[in-house]
Parts: sequence; structure tokens; C-alpha cells
Amino acid sequence: MTTAPLPAPKQPGRFARFWDSDLVYSFRSSPITVVASIMALLLVLAAVFAPLIAPYDPFDPSSLDLSDGFSRPMQPNEITGKVFWLGSDGQGRDIFSAILYGSRVSLIVGAASVLFSLVLGVGLGLVAGYVGGRTEALIMRVADIQLSFPAILVALLVFGVARGLIPPALQEQMTLLVLVIAIGLSNWAQYARTVRGSTLVEKNKVYVDAARLIGLKAWPVMLKHVLPNVAGPVLVIATINLALAVIEEATLSFLGVGMPPTQPSLGTLIRFGQQYLFSGEWWILLFPSLVLILFALSINLFGDWLRDALNPKLR
Amino acid sequence: MTQPVLSVQDLTVEFVTRRGTLRALDKVSFDIARGEVLGVVGESGAGKSVTGSAIIGLIDPPGRIAGGEVVLSGERVDHLPPEQMRRVRGKRIGMIFQDPLTSLNPLYRVGEQLIETIQTHTDLNAADARKRAIALLDEVGIPAPDRRIDGYPHEFSGGMRQRVVIALALCAEPEFIIADEPTTALDVSVQAQIIALIKRLCKERGTSVMLVTHDMGVIAETADRVAVMYAGRVAEIGPVREVIKQPLHPYTQGLMGAIPSIEGDASRLVQIPGAMPRLSSIPKGCAFNPRCSKVFDRCRVDRPELIDVGGHQVACHLYDKAQAPAGKTEIAA
Amino acid sequence: MLAYILRSLMQGLVVMLAVAFIAFSMFRFVGDPVVNMLGQEATLQDRAELTQRLGLNDPVPLQFARFVADAARGDFGISYRQGRKVSALILERLPATVELAVLSAIFAFVTGIAFGVYAAIRRDGWIANLVMSVSLIGVSLPTFLIGIGLIYVFAVELRWLPSFGRGDTVQIGWWSTGLLTTSGLKSLVMPVLTLGFLQLTLVMRLVRSEMLEVMRADFIRFARARGIPERRIEFRHALRNTMIPVITIAGVQLGGVIAFAIVTETVFQWPGLGALFVNAVQFVDVPVMSAYLLFVAFVFVLTSLLVDIVYVALDPRLRGGVLVPVK
Repeated sequence: MTTAPLPAPKQPGRFARFWDSDLVYSFRSSPITVVASIMALLLVLAAVFAPLIAPYDPFDPSSLDLSDGFSRPMQPNEITGKVFWLGSDGQGRDIFSAILYGSRVSLIVGAASVLFSLVLGVGLGLVAGYVGGRTEALIMRVADIQLSFPAILVALLVFGVARGLIPPALQEQMTLLVLVIAIGLSNWAQYARTVRGSTLVEKNKVYVDAARLIGLKAWPVMLKHVLPNVAGPVLVIATINLALAVIEEATLSFLGVGMPPTQPSLGTLIRFGQQYLFSGEWWILLFPSLVLILFALSINLFGDWLRDALNPKLR
Repeated sequence: MTQPVLSVQDLTVEFVTRRGTLRALDKVSFDIARGEVLGVVGESGAGKSVTGSAIIGLIDPPGRIAGGEVVLSGERVDHLPPEQMRRVRGKRIGMIFQDPLTSLNPLYRVGEQLIETIQTHTDLNAADARKRAIALLDEVGIPAPDRRIDGYPHEFSGGMRQRVVIALALCAEPEFIIADEPTTALDVSVQAQIIALIKRLCKERGTSVMLVTHDMGVIAETADRVAVMYAGRVAEIGPVREVIKQPLHPYTQGLMGAIPSIEGDASRLVQIPGAMPRLSSIPKGCAFNPRCSKVFDRCRVDRPELIDVGGHQVACHLYDKAQAPAGKTEIAA
Repeated sequence: MLAYILRSLMQGLVVMLAVAFIAFSMFRFVGDPVVNMLGQEATLQDRAELTQRLGLNDPVPLQFARFVADAARGDFGISYRQGRKVSALILERLPATVELAVLSAIFAFVTGIAFGVYAAIRRDGWIANLVMSVSLIGVSLPTFLIGIGLIYVFAVELRWLPSFGRGDTVQIGWWSTGLLTTSGLKSLVMPVLTLGFLQLTLVMRLVRSEMLEVMRADFIRFARARGIPERRIEFRHALRNTMIPVITIAGVQLGGVIAFAIVTETVFQWPGLGALFVNAVQFVDVPVMSAYLLFVAFVFVLTSLLVDIVYVALDPRLRGGVLVPVK
């Protein structure tokens, strides 16, 4: 074009541009996603601020009163007259407070294990893609095997092995850490695959050679280019994996190999509640289950939207 | 008078996006006579392929035909209900795509795909359809067609596959075929053979062809008439010889300058400065005005219509005698 | 083609060996096998004798070779906790798990493919959207909660179906089947639904997205341009091409069926291998754990071999010499 550049049109503010971007637009125009995100955010906030919100401390034995046991939701207890919003369990523990603390544990395990598998997977993926050769073959082969073994099975095995290796006295305190590692180790392969793919693509681009020629180390240059490229897919995997990890933790706890009763997660609470399935105290089982489902569902809805939004080809 | 096989009038195709409506085709008009080969040239994104898709009724949403009409041998086909349009496709309009490697279903034998198409459009039984399929393969130059008919697409080379694709497009004897860049994905060595084959088959059957390509050389050899497209509009249309000898539109002149010729010396290879505008930012007036060396005020305001100039039609204000600035009407050689 | 199958057999063998190595390391290095077998009170002499008998003084590679040879003959040692041969425990519980897993897999694939194809073809219809939303809920529902929910509705409230166990079984040779009695079949309903549901949603979503992908392919466009009826394009041209990636992933999903059988068996107190494994993990019964690991690996290798064979049957490009090595 030969014409002189036009005077720049008035730039909209940073927020206006953000608000008008394709990603935010597709977010705004999907009410389900908005609702799901708000729901997920509320649940996370409730879990984080559990000690401030919870009306009782469910794990302080001195505050428990057996005569508060089996209070129905929203109804005053027949003996003590106390009202528990979501009812209480056999020991008079407030279900609402137990859920708040339980989701805290679930969320900590979920988030920490996602972080663990993300760091591990991205790291191994970078190494595999960059180094190549036997290292790459080995890493990717292990990833293949891990992917074909269902996560829950890997986690159970890791858990069992850890139990065999850790002295019994320490087991209870270390359960949380063991769970994080077990779940983390069962989910890293997807990240590794994605990152390796992108690394291979970037590695063969000219700028990497150029960087070498002018005496820069190729590593940092590539990191600078690979990481932004994989940020989208990795974020999608991490989001969906957060829901998976929370479910996985709940499943392990439900199977009796997860969080101990002294530090219950949502899964542990559901395991207790299941005992009352036949005797009519439905609230002990129902409310923790609902919270678990809502959390997983809202995260999944958000993750699903994110995947479609970052991959416009599929719509 | 003879009725054209295909007549396209003011065809407009729009894509509705949230940023506004993009016009991929803007009032495109042309006719194709019986047995005629019309070449359609232009840069990628000029609307050549969209024109083909619109004629055959296969524009993917969110695109839609927003105006104009497509008339096939006197019958309007742009607003037919889907089932009727399906019967037109393959039967009356054939289409050849760019990439023969991906045009055939890899999981079915070549014969199965041919017989399926033949039986969709005729009442032939399976045995007769098979005979017809073998005859067609023979006609498009596949050696040992009675054996090759049971082969899978991956067992054919690229050029051979494109021959199969041509057989598929012709198997119901359509009156008109659209060849959308039929040689672009092929080896240079087989391109000429495929073009010659299309030309020969259509001549024998009296089939009209719309040959979409960005290769002026192919057009020069094959087409009777040529339409030059730019930014979703027809810039110039006329008999091939005249357009090549005497291109009128400054864009066509630029395109001709861009084909290397054996006789001409290298200094004549000119490039048009700039790039075709994106659909979202087509300038007012003539779409070519920001790149045109002969631009004047009116070009930035009025959109030029096709006008008859010396045996062909051009959409350029330079040739509108009443309006053009003095001294600019001489025809560039 | 033979070479192709041979190659995938070789790969399977390598995987088995790798898993065997993990199982062996677990057995050898997690806890002390001698202490586990004899208990803390055994005399030093007893221990030395057992150590000698188990060959634990031999070089590690020799021990591994012996472990592999024993496993290949079906000898996985003795359960620490139950004091019985692991192979006997596994054989006893195998039929329960196999019947549950196979029925669930069939249920998941048949319904999953049907729903997935429907959701792809009518992608903007309200039923398709409903199916997709329900499937997302399905992915978010932990398997054990589905089981508990079913028990609550059909066993506690309606009292139609039993809430635990296999019901009456019939012994055919060493195989005990629940498929031949009414109570056996009734007992299967809820576990099969529970175990199949997650796989069903996964298969369905996979089929839908693969089919949408295939529907964008050039050869579909070309088929449309030839006037092939839409129904025929969908069910003949698109479906078969969809099945190729679906089958690969479906093979892997079968592993998922086995894994979640662990959860389902726990919920329904189903006397299968999964329940055996969970108990083993709780009590660090390493011989059972490593035997189960090998069992799962074996199932995995078997299914991927099966997938490869189906692959060859579906895709002509893998047949007739194309993949046969040149030399």
C-alpha cells in the first residue's frame, strides 16, 4: 500500500479489549460455562475459607456431643434443640462443617497432584522432545504404558508400595503426601505427549539454529517459544485433570486406601455415609456426594468450554 | 439463440461472523455455453473455489447464498430443496477436487465407489454398473481396468487417483463439471496429462467445464474463455486469446506480467505491489484501488460494473469513456 | 500383514516383561518377603532356611529370571495374608470379574457407539445436545456414586434387585457362572450398569468427535458432490472411517473397565479380582498385588493384539504387503 499510515484510531482501554476478545466473548455467550465457573469458584472459596465459614470445628472432639447425633437437616435436634443445616452424623458432627473441611482436603490433594503431574509431565516432555534418541524413546514408552494403565490402578499400586515402604507409625501423617504422589504419577503422561509434540515442531524451526549460530544456548530460546505454544493445551489438560484428580482421590478414600477418618476428604465422608444407606439417615451420604458431583461437573464444564474455545476447529 | 448450460447472475455469498458479515462473493455473473471451457483465475481467497461450491450447493455454514441466481440449462438450482439438489449433484453437475489423495474414501475399493455413484444416478443393476465402471476406468486411461477396479485407492499413484476421481465425476454423464484446481496437488510431470484428459473427455461428450486454477498457463492452453477474479468479484472476463493478448484490467495486466514467458526477457516479470485485501477490509469503490498504479478518484468511491470493451468485459473505470481522466484510456500492450 | 501382527506380539511381550520387572521389584523390595511369610517371631534359622529356599541369596537377575519363569507357569507364590496359593485365589475369582467386565464392555460399546453416531449426525438437535450434556454429567459422576445411587433406588427403595454379591452361580468345570440363574442375572444388572456407564460416556463422546472430524474430510465432500445420499454418506463412508480411531482408543478403554471393576466390586461386594486387589493393597499383600498387576498387563496386551487384528480387517491400507518390511 502506498498511502501514508492513517492516524491510529482511538485505542479502546485494556479492559474493553479484553472484554471484546474472542475468548471472553465465547465465555460470555455460554451461560452454562458462566454458571459452572461461578459454581466452581464458590466451592473453591468455601473450601479455602472453611475455618472461617464452618459453624463448628468437626475435628475437635471436645466440641462433639453424642446427643446431637443424627439430627435431621434444618430441624432442631430432639434432645439438645440445636439446628444443623445439613444434619449431623452419629457422633453429632455437623455435616456442613465436615463437608467444608472435607472439600478442603479434596481440593488440596487434587490441586497438588495436578501441579505435580504437570511439572513432571511438562519436564519429561521437554526433555524427550529436545534430547531425542534413546531418552525420548524410553520416556515415551513409559508414557504409553502409563496411559494404557488406568489412573486409578496406578494410584492404587503406588499407594500400596508406599504403604509397604513407610513405617506404620508415620503412615497416617504421610497419607496426604502419598496420595498426591500416587495420583500425580498416574496422570503425567498426557502432558508429556503434548509438550513433546510441540517441542519437536519448534526444534526444527530455523530460529533455533539461528540462536545456536549467534552463540546462544538453544535451550532457553526454545523454552521461550515452546511454553507459550503449549500453554493452551496444558491448561485444558490441567483443568480436566483437576476434576479427575478430585474424583480419583474420592475413589481411593472410598476404597479405604485414602484419607484416614481423622482427616476426612469428601470420599472418606461418602464412605462413612454409605453405612447409613439402609437405615434412613440419607443426609449423611447425600450432601457430601452432591458437593463432589457439583465440583467435578462445574470443573468439567469449564474445561470442556476451554478446550472448544482454544481449539476453534471443533465447532 | 442457444441457451447457456450454466448462467450465474449476481451471485453473492456471505459468511456471517460475530465481527460482521463477510462477503466472499459479490455479485458474480458469468455464462458458460455448451461444450465451453471457462477458466477461472485469481489469487487464493479471490472466491474461485467458493464460486464452485455455491454452484453445486455445498457451501459450509456459516456461509450462505445471499443473493443472485444459478441457472442450469434454464432451470434455477440455487434454491432447490436439499434432496432435489442432491439429485442434481453428480447427475447434472460433476465436480473434481484438488487433492486426489484425500478425495477417495481410503477404506473402499475404487470399484465400490464408482458403482455406488453409478447406481445412485441410474437404474443399472450391479453387474451392468460394474461393466460401466470398468469402461470408465478404461476411458480415463487406467491400465488393466478390469483388475484395477478391485484395488484400493492407496494402491494407485497420485495421477492415477486423479483419473479415478475424474471417472467418478463423469460417471453419470453430467452436462457440466467444475474442476477445482485439479492439478495443483499433482506432480508437474502428470499435470499436463490430467488437463489433456479432462479436455478430451469433455470435448467428446460436449460437457462444459469450469476450470478453477491459479495457473495462467493451464488456462491459456485449455480454456475457451477466462474469468479473472479479485476479492470476490469478477474483474475481467472474455475469450482467452484476447484477455492474454490485451489484458484490460490493471490487475489482469499485473497477472500476465507475472507469468514468465520463454520469448520475453526477464525484466518484464513484474510483480503487483501489496496483497489482496482480507474479506473483512475490502476497500470502498474498486477492490483493487489500493494496489492499482492507474488509480484515480472515482476508483475510491464507485464500484465499477462490468462493461463491454473490445470483445470482452472488464470492471474498470478506465474504460468508462464518459468518466475516465483524459489520456488514460489507451490500452496497455 | 503377518509381520504386522508379529510386531505387535513382540511389543506385547516387551510390555509384559517390563511389567513383570515392576511386579518383581515390588515383591523383592517392598517389605521383606521372609518376614512377611514367617511373621516377626520366626527364628533366625527358619529365616535363613526360607531365604535359601526362595533363592533370595542368588544374584538379582537370576531371581528375576526365576520370577518370570514361575509367573509364566502361573505360579505367583503364596498370599501373605491368606496363606493360600495366589494362583488358586485368582482362578477362583476370575469368572466373577470376567463376566462383569465383558458384559459391561459390550453394554458400553453398543450403546456408546449408537448414541455417539446419533449425536454427531444430529449435532444441533435438542436430543443430541441433551445426550451430550448427560454425558458430561456422566464423566463427572464418580463410579462408586453411580453404584450407591443405583443401590438406593433399586435395592433400598424399590427392592427389585439385590444390593450385593453374585446371587446363585452354576459351576461349569472350574468356572462359576452367574449367567444361568435368575438371581445371578439380577445380581449382574446394577454392577454392569455402574461399570459400563463411565465407559459408555467416554465411547460416546469419542465417537461423536471422531465422526464430526471425518465428516469434514475431503472424501465426504467429494461423495456429497457426487450426489450420494446423506444417509449413505453417514453410515457407509463416515462410520467405517470413524471406527478406526475409535477402536484404538476403545482397546485402551477396556483396561479402564478392568480398573473400575475394582471400584464396582467394592461397592457391590462382588467376589472378583478387584475386591481381592483392594484388600491386598490395604494389607500390603505383595504377592497378590504383583500377580494382579501381571493379570491386568496380560489383559492389556491381549486386547491390544485383538485391536491390531480388527484394525487389519477394517483398514485395507494395512493389508497386502504395504507394511511388510522391505528386506
